Amino acid sequence: MSKLASRHLLGLEGVSADDISLILDTTHTFREVLDRPIKKLPTLRGLTVLNLFYEPSTRTRISFELAEKRLSADTVSFTTATSSVKKGESLRDTVQNIEAMKIDMIVVRHSSAGTPYYLTQCSDANVINAGDGSHEHPTQALLDMYTIRKKYGKLAGLRVVLVGDVKHSRVIRSNIWGLKALGASVALCGPSTLLPAEVERYGCDIYTSLDEALDGADVVNIMRLQLERQQAGLFPSQREYTNLFGITRERLKRLNKNYTIMHPGPMNRGVEISSEVADGDSSVILDQVTNGQAVRMAVLYLLSGPEAEGPQA
Amino acid sequence: MSNAPFDMIISGGRVIDPALGFGKDAHVLIKDGRIAGIENDIQKLGDSTGATVIDASGMLVVPGLIDVHVHLREPGREDEETVESGCRAAAAGGFTAVCCMPNTTPRIDNQETVLFVQDRAKNADARVYVVGAITKGSEGKELSEIGDLVKVGAVAITDDGRWVENSEIMRRAMEYSKMFNIPVMDHAEESTLCAGGIMNESFESTRLGLRGRPAVAEEIAVMRDIALCRTTGARLHIQHLSTRRAVDVVRAAKAEGIRVTTEACPHHFVLTDEAIAKEFNTCLRVNPPLRTANDREAIIEGLIDGTIDCIASDHAPHAEEEKDCEFDLAPAGMIGLETTLGLVKTYLIDKGYLTWADAIAKMTINPARVFGLPGGTLKTGSPADITIIDPDAPWTVDKKRFRSMSHNSPFIGWKLQGQVFRTILGGRVVFAREE
Repeated sequence: MSKLASRHLLGLEGVSADDISLILDTTHTFREVLDRPIKKLPTLRGLTVLNLFYEPSTRTRISFELAEKRLSADTVSFTTATSSVKKGESLRDTVQNIEAMKIDMIVVRHSSAGTPYYLTQCSDANVINAGDGSHEHPTQALLDMYTIRKKYGKLAGLRVVLVGDVKHSRVIRSNIWGLKALGASVALCGPSTLLPAEVERYGCDIYTSLDEALDGADVVNIMRLQLERQQAGLFPSQREYTNLFGITRERLKRLNKNYTIMHPGPMNRGVEISSEVADGDSSVILDQVTNGQAVRMAVLYLLSGPEAEGPQA
Repeated sequence: MSNAPFDMIISGGRVIDPALGFGKDAHVLIKDGRIAGIENDIQKLGDSTGATVIDASGMLVVPGLIDVHVHLREPGREDEETVESGCRAAAAGGFTAVCCMPNTTPRIDNQETVLFVQDRAKNADARVYVVGAITKGSEGKELSEIGDLVKVGAVAITDDGRWVENSEIMRRAMEYSKMFNIPVMDHAEESTLCAGGIMNESFESTRLGLRGRPAVAEEIAVMRDIALCRTTGARLHIQHLSTRRAVDVVRAAKAEGIRVTTEACPHHFVLTDEAIAKEFNTCLRVNPPLRTANDREAIIEGLIDGTIDCIASDHAPHAEEEKDCEFDLAPAGMIGLETTLGLVKTYLIDKGYLTWADAIAKMTINPARVFGLPGGTLKTGSPADITIIDPDAPWTVDKKRFRSMSHNSPFIGWKLQGQVFRTILGGRVVFAREE
């Protein structure tokens, strides 16, 4: 029996506040483990985790791999560049072949939205979404939420602004569901061409003026601008984007005191965020990376079933 | 040889023929593959020795249904459907005639391919009317030899699956088609607005992170083609109408007297884009996409007020392995021949939107008139193409019972009302419900 309502983590939409809180509380325990001299636990000993990365990823893939190894899981990693996918094998066949080698959990990154759900139909393993197209990236949102909660001791009542390419960002989508479930006030800000259809139905405040969005905010989470969006004609130039939506020290004056700057990485310095802000005292960008590992350890642990030993072991 | 005056008698059913304008309890008489008469009084039948009698008590007896939008996949994708298997599916769905779309491999843009399909259809369980391509290879660049296509029996032209982007080419296609008095069927989606789109553009596409195909793309395409239709005086038939604004545009055009007709598909009046949800069922990926509840209501309103003339399935078979994949990699389309009637009964008739007569008209005489097809009526002398419907029979859509070679239906497991009891093609029973 899973400790969470679902035996998979496919996204944060529909996940209850209780389950999210449980993940964040468990993260806290694992976060402390990461500060120990020996950062290894026997928690997932005997379990095998498949890291299925159909899309390039550095930090998420390494973060999951390290989290798995630190919990003593056996891991196997898969990237499309060196796999039979290049020979035209379907995702179902690929996964079922690997599963035949007896795996317990799958961490999947894929450019197609919905792939993690599809995998639950192909496999008996527990599935964790490590990013699917523009749909969701739940562990990134959880680590963002954990980082905020660690600093403020709460999420409820905080005003969080998510800035950037709202249309294509899976990080933003997961953040919206998670933050709202725990009572934060969420604002979205970006060029109107990068705001998706009927975005107001999320129940967030929507801004196309960065200065207005930042007014009275506690946290600014800045998303990476994908430069191919300019080629697709969604904004006129990188220069104009930076002028309108780039976070600079000057703009931070509008935020509340004790504000926080976040970025899921990788950053385009000088485009969506100035180096001064990225490296400033209020930036928690590297903390996010460390916390990400603890969140992933917590999720792996909570989804791994009753046989796994707890973090205290 | 029997001396019986009739080959077959369908007795005791309620006969509905919108073309003749009646619905009455009567007996339908068949001789030599044609309708020999409809008699109210059993005494007037005379000698029926040797005739096959089908007891249709409690059933509806209607003209054989006609589906004007079907993909038979042959030639080229015989693993998905063949003319033969598609016609078997048609018969099982109560359809005695289908219009097959030209987006096969190779495309049906020349006489030989039309003749090939017709040859395949010779002994099939439904009549197959071939629709040719508007442009060579449906590439939108050069007109097909439309005269040649019509000469061997093509009943219409379309580049279905693609919109003819070039307005000049579409204008010439309409002008040219007038010489043959055939409709130009229009897959109306302005393509630049839809590029890369996977589903309807709405909050659902936002939520699922999938690129949208906006409703306005259909509206723009319909507006342009109606404008060209107005200019050329051609006959335009807009396929699978799916948005409220497009319905509004057609309604206004009809009021103006423009020669435009339309069709709607069951999935567009039954489902909405919300159905895709977190399951990302690839059978729900269709083109044009499932729209919003507001659009769905507009399609129903269009069916009620006659803006939408025909109900067509857009039967689009796909191999199981092609649909068993990530949502955005799946080809668009669902099968529909065998579920259309049940969906019409359950979601239009039982909900009180259409009477049986209205619904039957949209699947018989209206398509026959638009495409100039024989049938669509039980008038004496017409081909004995007849569908007998058990109007209240409950059934569950079962993948194992599909006659189609493909199973890509999102309705599998759905409980529907209204089932085909017998399908008769030219006086021959081509489908009988297993009891």
